[in-house]
Amino acid sequence: MFIKQVSVFLENSAGRLQSALKVLKNENINIVSLSLADTNDYGMLRMIVSDAARAKDALKAAGLSAHLTDVLAIKLPHTVGSLEHVLSEVADAGINVEYMYALSTKDENACIVIKPENAEACAKALEDKKFDFVTNEEVENF
Amino acid sequence: MAIWNEAKECMSRDQMCVLQGERLKKQVKYVYHNVEYYRKKMQNVGLEPGDINGLEDLTKLPFTTKDDLRDTYPFGLFAAPQSEIVRIHASSGTTGKATVVGYTRRDIDIWAECVARALTQCGIGKNDIVQVAYGYGLFTGGLGAHYGVENVGATVVPMSTGNTKKLITMMNDFGATGIMCTPSYLLHIAETLYETGEINNIKLKAAVCGAEPWTEKMRQQIEEKLHVNCFDIYGLSEIMGPGVACDCIEHKGLHVQEDHFLPEIVAKETLQPVPDGELGELVFTTLTKEGIPLIRYRTKDLTSIDRTPCACGRTTARIARFKGRSDDMLVLRGVNVFPSQIEAALLEMDGILPHYMIIVDRVNNLDTIEVQVEVEERFFSDEIKELEKLTKRIEGVIKTAIGLAVKVKLVEPKTLERAEGKSVHVIDKRVFD
Repeated sequence: MFIKQVSVFLENSAGRLQSALKVLKNENINIVSLSLADTNDYGMLRMIVSDAARAKDALKAAGLSAHLTDVLAIKLPHTVGSLEHVLSEVADAGINVEYMYALSTKDENACIVIKPENAEACAKALEDKKFDFVTNEEVENF
Repeated sequence: MAIWNEAKECMSRDQMCVLQGERLKKQVKYVYHNVEYYRKKMQNVGLEPGDINGLEDLTKLPFTTKDDLRDTYPFGLFAAPQSEIVRIHASSGTTGKATVVGYTRRDIDIWAECVARALTQCGIGKNDIVQVAYGYGLFTGGLGAHYGVENVGATVVPMSTGNTKKLITMMNDFGATGIMCTPSYLLHIAETLYETGEINNIKLKAAVCGAEPWTEKMRQQIEEKLHVNCFDIYGLSEIMGPGVACDCIEHKGLHVQEDHFLPEIVAKETLQPVPDGELGELVFTTLTKEGIPLIRYRTKDLTSIDRTPCACGRTTARIARFKGRSDDMLVLRGVNVFPSQIEAALLEMDGILPHYMIIVDRVNNLDTIEVQVEVEERFFSDEIKELEKLTKRIEGVIKTAIGLAVKVKLVEPKTLERAEGKSVHVIDKRVFD
């Protein structure tokens, strides 16, 4: 139920983000979704890509600091309040969300990527409530 | 302007040499009989006190370095018993262990005498109110200046550091006419005075600055901004503290109190004496010290010497404004910092040294220190929270090590410069000419 996210530590300066994306382009790796957290000094690029393992290796080979992280991608209907519903379940389980961002899909559903503080507990809580997860196989075929 | 001790400060060169020769003989004998470390050091090169009969024998003596102080930490180079030591001061060493010095009552008196001479040179006397804004504590700046101001008969206001607002209020309310602090701090004070408009109220006439490298341009800038005479005072705790040398109204070099501290300039590479006027490393031999007398102590400060009489009337030798250091010591906000201290702190974090770079700059006249650390595998987290925690942790260990707040910046792996052999770990962007 977890999917692999590629995280890249980038200096907060001109051209760094582009240099990371160029590596993926050259490897013919598709970016399904991404988020960028920034601080004064550095940024954290987080991506869901078509081939996470190969993306990480290619980024590392290019001298970038890339890592794989397990995150949850939950399918949601395109209706008002559906995201709030997911988060209320997470909150009820007493789990803090480290970060989250939207994932684009081809089908009717919306999808949200969550990095919870306690991944196992969060997955279990949502599974119990019959939420649907995006799998690595689905990501590869987006 | 008045001269505090004309008998000593205006001696003929011949008289001075005779006095220094006699005192050197006595000091070497004293050290030989009271400090085992020195006795062995002299015996190792086949020297006995009887071999030193005057200034001409000075170069026979072995040098002393900060390493000798470290190796004998804490009191191994003390020549007087603890019962005679009335005060301890300490400054940072190269590896985190402090350099400890001790003073007998007579040492303290001589120190106050030297600072009194310096202050008189700067036009400060008993009719002045002087704020001492050097740190009070283990650092020699605060207490050293303090005793000198008292000795000269002026009114001392022991401000210490850290409260600019209070300093300015008291400067105004007390009508302070003198201030002693680091030059960068004084420029910071000057800017604040302009911002608040209080610049027109102050009665300051003399500023005695030191404890960090600065430039002639900065000195003139202070004079123009504050409408004061600004003077350069020099010292180091190993030899005494502030007051070892100080410049006069002529501003043509710093007069060394050479009846107490014998200066030499030696070539950086060969350690052989260089002719007067040539640049080299400043070496001091204490002539009257009881607590911790040092023989041929290498200051690592680069300067030149002028032994011709000065237009101010004094004949004591003058050393030129410092041209840098022969080691990698940094003086940051008046505090001595060795890059090795920062390295040791980083290494202590979890036993592996990350790649790092120390970047020193001066922003609004205050030194800033940024330590860039590469985010290696073991540090990596994709959560900003964790990375901020790491930043704070590194800032904490460095602050503990050097006593100064630094900014830590995390950078990408393999982006910091790597040099062949000895890598460069410091970029000092400050300008000192």
